Amino acid sequence: MRQFLKLLFRNRLAGLGAIVLGAIVLLVLVTPLLPLPDPNATATGDRFLRPFSAGHLLGTDHLGRDLLARLLYGTRLSLAVGLAAALIAATIGSAIGILAGYFGGRLDNVVMRGVDMLMAFPYILLALAIVAALGPGLLNALIAVAAVNIPFFARNIRGVTVGLAGREFVDAAKLAGMGSGRIVMVEILPNVLPTIVIAMSTTVGWMILETAGLSFLGLGSQPPQADLGSMLGEARAALISAPHTSVVPGVMIFLIVMSVNLLGDGIRDALDPRLKSGALSRPRATTAVDRKGPVPETPQQGLLDLQELQTQFHVGERIYRAVGGVSLHVKPGECLGIIGESGSGKSVTALSVMGLVASPPGVVTGGAVKYDGEDLLSADYKSLRRKRGENVAYIFQDPLATLHPLYRVGDQLAEAIRVHHRVSDAEAKRRGLELLRSVRIPNPESRMRNYPHEMSGGMRQRVGIAMALANDPDVIIADEPTTALDVTVQAQILSMLDDLRRERGLAIVFITHDFGVVAQLCDRVAVMYAGRIVEEGMTREVLEHPLHPYTSRLIACVPELGGGRRKLEAIPGLPPPVDKLPPGCAFAPRCPKAQPECQKGEIALFTKEERAVRCLYPEETFLEEEMADARLAGE
Amino acid sequence: MGSYILKRLVSAIPVLLGITIIVFLIMAMIPGDPATAILGAYATPENVERVNRSLGLDEPMVQRYFIWLGNMLTGDFGRSYSLNRPVLDEILERFNATLILAGTSFVLCAVLGILAGVVSASRQYGFADKAITFTVLIGISIPSFFLGMMMILLFAVNLQWLPVSGMWPIYGDRTLWVLIEHLTMPALALAAVATGVVARLSRSAMLEVLRQDYIRTARAKGVPERRVIYGHALKAAMVSIIPVLGIQAGFVLSGAVYIEIVFQWPGVGRMLVNAILQRDILLVQGGVVFVAACYVLFNIAVDVAQSLLDPRIKT
Repeated sequence: MRQFLKLLFRNRLAGLGAIVLGAIVLLVLVTPLLPLPDPNATATGDRFLRPFSAGHLLGTDHLGRDLLARLLYGTRLSLAVGLAAALIAATIGSAIGILAGYFGGRLDNVVMRGVDMLMAFPYILLALAIVAALGPGLLNALIAVAAVNIPFFARNIRGVTVGLAGREFVDAAKLAGMGSGRIVMVEILPNVLPTIVIAMSTTVGWMILETAGLSFLGLGSQPPQADLGSMLGEARAALISAPHTSVVPGVMIFLIVMSVNLLGDGIRDALDPRLKSGALSRPRATTAVDRKGPVPETPQQGLLDLQELQTQFHVGERIYRAVGGVSLHVKPGECLGIIGESGSGKSVTALSVMGLVASPPGVVTGGAVKYDGEDLLSADYKSLRRKRGENVAYIFQDPLATLHPLYRVGDQLAEAIRVHHRVSDAEAKRRGLELLRSVRIPNPESRMRNYPHEMSGGMRQRVGIAMALANDPDVIIADEPTTALDVTVQAQILSMLDDLRRERGLAIVFITHDFGVVAQLCDRVAVMYAGRIVEEGMTREVLEHPLHPYTSRLIACVPELGGGRRKLEAIPGLPPPVDKLPPGCAFAPRCPKAQPECQKGEIALFTKEERAVRCLYPEETFLEEEMADARLAGE
Repeated sequence: MGSYILKRLVSAIPVLLGITIIVFLIMAMIPGDPATAILGAYATPENVERVNRSLGLDEPMVQRYFIWLGNMLTGDFGRSYSLNRPVLDEILERFNATLILAGTSFVLCAVLGILAGVVSASRQYGFADKAITFTVLIGISIPSFFLGMMMILLFAVNLQWLPVSGMWPIYGDRTLWVLIEHLTMPALALAAVATGVVARLSRSAMLEVLRQDYIRTARAKGVPERRVIYGHALKAAMVSIIPVLGIQAGFVLSGAVYIEIVFQWPGVGRMLVNAILQRDILLVQGGVVFVAACYVLFNIAVDVAQSLLDPRIKT
């Protein structure tokens, strides 16, 4: 509760709402004690006095009655009537809801049908019908407003009760021989009470406004008694000659409704934990770039070069170093694998290339991504957009979530072409059809008209691949494209990707956590751990002679068919959280060979030709002299 | 699609019947002699006798209900004693005016609300977002009848840009332009609250959608940002916006009662309030049933629109 209030008042607007509402409530509570003139005492000589007249702070109305007194008594009446209506609606509606939800069956059916019908009315029609039958009057308006809101409570509370009625403690109470009446009062009611209170707090503002509205129409409180609505209704006749008589009650209604709204929003936000972490922030069109250092001037090595790339997530005070200085290069037609556990930063590395890391919270804080020598991080949105899909395309993991659910597959394909090339829709569709054929989708003509949800997972991923191929890109970045698929489908997709690569001379960056897939597809592989590259080399060499202890552990995780009864070794422990990285080697806490100097200082990536490793005690001898120096430096 | 519409229409029949039952039961609460209530205190005994016979008021309740329902189905809603004309004629004439007012407001609240929500979401925490959020907060807190009165003071009395009230001038031509002049203020006042609600919801729906993977896919394809927002994201967000539009239509229709009073708009709402004050029961009864039935049909149209948008809904 304390926590809740703290959250509520951290929202300054909600605090403001609470203060304004509190002040109004306090004011009307002490109204009878204030030295005010009789609100119903008429003095026709003093009609329509302006505000700040002697003895009448807010002036007088058409009968010369003191507006301040009428305002305070009117507010008192409006709040009381609104609150009474809310209490009546909550009590009757909740009772109906609890009974229907607890007993279920036919009773529930009949009651809920009735509720549906009542909710089919625009609310005011129902209220008008009731007032028409009972006759105008404040009490009848109150009844009408309460009645109109009963279905809302009945439906909400029924839902909660149905959930509770099936729970163990209710069953236990039944077994203990408790009667239905007692179960409802002792077991159900205390549990639905919070929902009732919340529902009331969100509707009481409405009910105040609705009763004021009926009074405004002349159907509620009758003269001389006045609530805010009837004050406004009576003042309407003199709107032009004495506007203050309208403004005074109108502003009061506005203040009440606004403070109730603000408070309600605050309560909702405080109860909705999603908003706390800022998770509802929208990602921008490109990842934010805020480089602390200069752009690296390393000469071009491949078609796509990543140089000391650093990508972080800034969440509140915390900084997650998802990618901590990664350098990679991809030559034309080459397949580079990036492998690592989940959370190793491999996907973020891949998404950073084309500025697709969700931002906020993502920020690229250093390094460069160069496509054919040109830095994409300093490119403006327009030129980056033109390269997306045209030069570098992506294939994502889960094709059900990554294809738009409301567009036909053919339209999504055609769009991929048309955002880069001026072709007619028919021509784009024709090319789309060809693409579906090239990824070996049977009946491509009819598939073009399918929606994603009408296809199987494997077919959807073929569509995803076709879309990536749409503009004949030079590089495709495939982010775990087969992880969500069956093993057989996975094998088909992999061999198809391999064929496509050879046919079209595509470079592929293949992200995976599965060394088996790497062995099948990739020329070279880079192993990532905690946002950094720990080993790199030709696939065959890395597989046969892993240097980093982490790599050899990863390889040991792959079960081998027909490999006999080799023990499958899981790696003990978890990768470190990237907002609290230890100094030195991030793998050291899980490494069986770790020495004290491993955790002392920064460990360099030892590089010799195609091979590289970030370790002081590699599995096999590698750059013996340099490492010995580094070990000594660490001690 | 045709069969889906038919199915929804058939499923509306019990709801429509329910509406008539509820209205009938409410009207049965009227204390005293129903015929006198219908005809007013100064009715002649012959007329009371005639009403009793035509409405079957001396029959048991169930029979009375079916007589009333049967009459309505044949287009006989009874005769308004205060206006001395058939109820249905009066309703149809008045409903036309309400439809113009409420329909305009509904279109305004949908277009402005969605637009504001989308702009707000696509510039989250920017100046436009804050300005829109603030305006929306004010908009949803001002009672429409008060807003209408303040608009009259400002635009009709002080600035004299627009006519004070009414739908048509007493003298002069009934041109479209004259109608628009008279319609502007009431339509805006009526749309204010609903626009705010739609804007808020559209904003949160857009924020939700913009975080989805398929938006990232669209960006990865190289779709221009404008198209990502107004095409991909908005289309997906509409799935959660459309049902709220259906609910808001009910609120617009309800708010029309106040606005018709404030602006003396000759619509059903004003007719109902006057009928209540005149105790013209048949007019109230007929008006309520007629408008509620129209609202039910409108909601079917909303469901159909939703199914056209979202192929995942089984039709």
